Amino acid sequence: MTRKQKRLSVILAGLAFLGAATGLTFYALGQKASYFYMPGDLASAHVEPGQRIRLGGLVEKGTIQRGQGATVAFSVTDTQKSVKVTYTGILPDLFREDQGVITEGTFGPDGTFIADSVLAKHDERYMPKEVADGLKAKGVWQESKSE
Amino acid sequence: MVEIGHFALVLAFALALVQTVVPLYGARTGNDRMMAVAGPVAVTGFALTAISFLALAAAYALSDFSVQSVWENSHSLQPLIFKITGTWGNHEGSMLLWVLILTFFGALVAAFGTNLPATLKANVLAVQGSIGAAFFLFILATSNPFIRLNPAPIEGRDLNPILQDFGLAVHPPLLYLGYVGFSICFSFSVAALIDGRIDASWARWVRPWTLVAWMFLTGGIAVGSYWAYYELGWGGFWFWDPVENASFMPWLAGTALLHSAIVMEKRSALKIWTLLLAILTFSLSLLGTFLVRSGVLTSVHAFATDPTRGVFILGILMLFIGGSLALFAWRASALTAGGLFHPISREGALVLNNLFLTTATATVLIGTLYPLLLEAVSSDKISVGAPFFNLTFGPLMVPLLVMVPFGPLLAWKRGDIVAVAQRLMAAFAAAIVASLVTAFFIDGASAFAVVGVGLAFWLVFGSLTDLAVKSGFGNVGVGALFRRFIGLPRSIFGTALAHMGLGLTVLGIVGALSFGTEKILSMHTGETVELSGHTVRFDGLFPDKGPNYSEDRARFELVGENGKTIGEIHSAKRFYPVRQMTTTESGIKTIGFSQLYISLGDEGTDGSVVVRLWWKPLVTLIWLGALVMMAGAAMSLMDRRLRVGAPSRRRAKTPAAVAASTP
Repeated sequence: MTRKQKRLSVILAGLAFLGAATGLTFYALGQKASYFYMPGDLASAHVEPGQRIRLGGLVEKGTIQRGQGATVAFSVTDTQKSVKVTYTGILPDLFREDQGVITEGTFGPDGTFIADSVLAKHDERYMPKEVADGLKAKGVWQESKSE
Repeated sequence: MVEIGHFALVLAFALALVQTVVPLYGARTGNDRMMAVAGPVAVTGFALTAISFLALAAAYALSDFSVQSVWENSHSLQPLIFKITGTWGNHEGSMLLWVLILTFFGALVAAFGTNLPATLKANVLAVQGSIGAAFFLFILATSNPFIRLNPAPIEGRDLNPILQDFGLAVHPPLLYLGYVGFSICFSFSVAALIDGRIDASWARWVRPWTLVAWMFLTGGIAVGSYWAYYELGWGGFWFWDPVENASFMPWLAGTALLHSAIVMEKRSALKIWTLLLAILTFSLSLLGTFLVRSGVLTSVHAFATDPTRGVFILGILMLFIGGSLALFAWRASALTAGGLFHPISREGALVLNNLFLTTATATVLIGTLYPLLLEAVSSDKISVGAPFFNLTFGPLMVPLLVMVPFGPLLAWKRGDIVAVAQRLMAAFAAAIVASLVTAFFIDGASAFAVVGVGLAFWLVFGSLTDLAVKSGFGNVGVGALFRRFIGLPRSIFGTALAHMGLGLTVLGIVGALSFGTEKILSMHTGETVELSGHTVRFDGLFPDKGPNYSEDRARFELVGENGKTIGEIHSAKRFYPVRQMTTTESGIKTIGFSQLYISLGDEGTDGSVVVRLWWKPLVTLIWLGALVMMAGAAMSLMDRRLRVGAPSRRRAKTPAAVAASTP
């Protein structure tokens, strides 16, 4: 091979490699990214049971039920619609009624959301951004309430 | 005091402007006196920034609540150590720390760069000054830490309790030393582009800076990861959180830079690529600063969401990244290409390393930014988490790790892959044995675990092989072997240590992810629970009080086989009244390299408490591995060759040293 051919083959190999990596990346984005929904969005979103999503909203007042052991049931609401969630594990320190939370998991066959992780705010001054935006879009939450 | 600090900051900004303009103009026109301005100005700028930073630290230490930033992030009851570390536990103070480190590095170049060509030095300091000027302006315009409150409040609002921790005291300074250390590499690259040439002193200077920055960044990421592990109480060491990715991307690119700079220094090949990589690495550091500081992400680090700050940092980002890349596009062709090499050679191996590392950086970048982009163009909100990175980043790492031991053993220019493979037989055998043992003797070992353990052993024994081969193992007697081993260049030890550390970290990750067990249960006082052969008894909850918090401390006893107590573990729920915040203090017991980790949940109505226990085998190796990597970098820095001003030792004396005189 001449030098030119050699260089060309190296460049082609590099491009093929990058192409493969890009393909894999976009495949993974399609498969593995989980969408964020508020309870009110679910009617129009067609979420299948078993599909991983993130569900955000406020913890509805009076719905927190501590069952046997470490399982907790509560409802996540956007003040208009609410969804029942169950979670087994330790809730974040800032988990309480009327607080913004993001739960991640899948819907069970009975329509209950089975969360495997629950995120609350790290700091009492701020709302999770997605939840704040979602509530703002629904007109039920104003900036001033965050303080 | 506070006003002195404020004034010093304004002066430092003015000096940074001088440092940008005058030397640059001097270098263009060949005016020596104008170029000579750069050094003293850089040193003075650092002194002023230090005064400014000390003034703020004093305000924090003395709880001067007439300063807004102190009022927002401190409390008179905090222990002194957290009052002081609170200086950088908030947005304004941490930006001040950022410029402090920036000017410190600039001053180092000014003070020790006596053997640099005058124009190069002037240009480097000018670029450094321009970065400083941009960030000084940012601080003064949008994040001024010295704003006073009138009337002064009596009490502060307390530092976020999860930041009141020793890990957090050291995490930001280390991370910033890393981020900002790359600014020197960036400044050298831009200066070379302005000059239109790269000479030998360029690589000699850039490599140690890369090493220093990389070492601190490694430490910063490791401390951050350990902090998240024990402080957040989730038992995870890495969440693929955008903020973690923000520091991980410069690390990946910096690792690539570290390796390509070797090729450039040794063989003067890959010049243009190295230069580009230096620019990209610092650009990613800036991007990291932007992601974390602008509040586009929700995380512990997003102290405040003030849109003007985001726009301002985005402006800085575009100016420096866009400007440097445009300069690169315009000037790179003026630089001469370097030496040629065969694909199978040390250079070839390092190019492959770069290919994999930059691609891995790109996948992390896409995973981090894609949700932001998607949200901007549509209203869909997605989160890209561990499953994405496991599928993209993971497969890229496997071949890279397989190749690591080959690199240092290949010769420059044209290597013999068969001979290298033969030398690595022992390491290969060790890896296979480790994999087989994992597969057959550990119940339920996954394919990931089998491959991971094998790779970890391959890396560790591969580095040992490297040291053995270069000391002449098998060719010389024991005495000569020992003498040669001692006489090996420090950079060889550095390489071996860094690769070994990587192996240890891999082993820790695999151990914690694959062989870990966990239990969640609600426990009554006196109950015991067993987890992976460890029996833990719950002794009850005991109320306690700290300086600025109250806590419910749960005591657990680790019970041995004969029923005797072998250790105690304390885990607590702390309540900080000022912020009305509860934090979980996880209880950790280190047994060998493994840890038993206990975190508390809510109290039930019947006096029981929810307890989550993890057994995390080998987990400490993750961070110990990072320490070993840092030791490797430190070792490389001690190499004679890199000591600026050391007499050069061009002619190596023994054949082994010739084969070995490479990092």
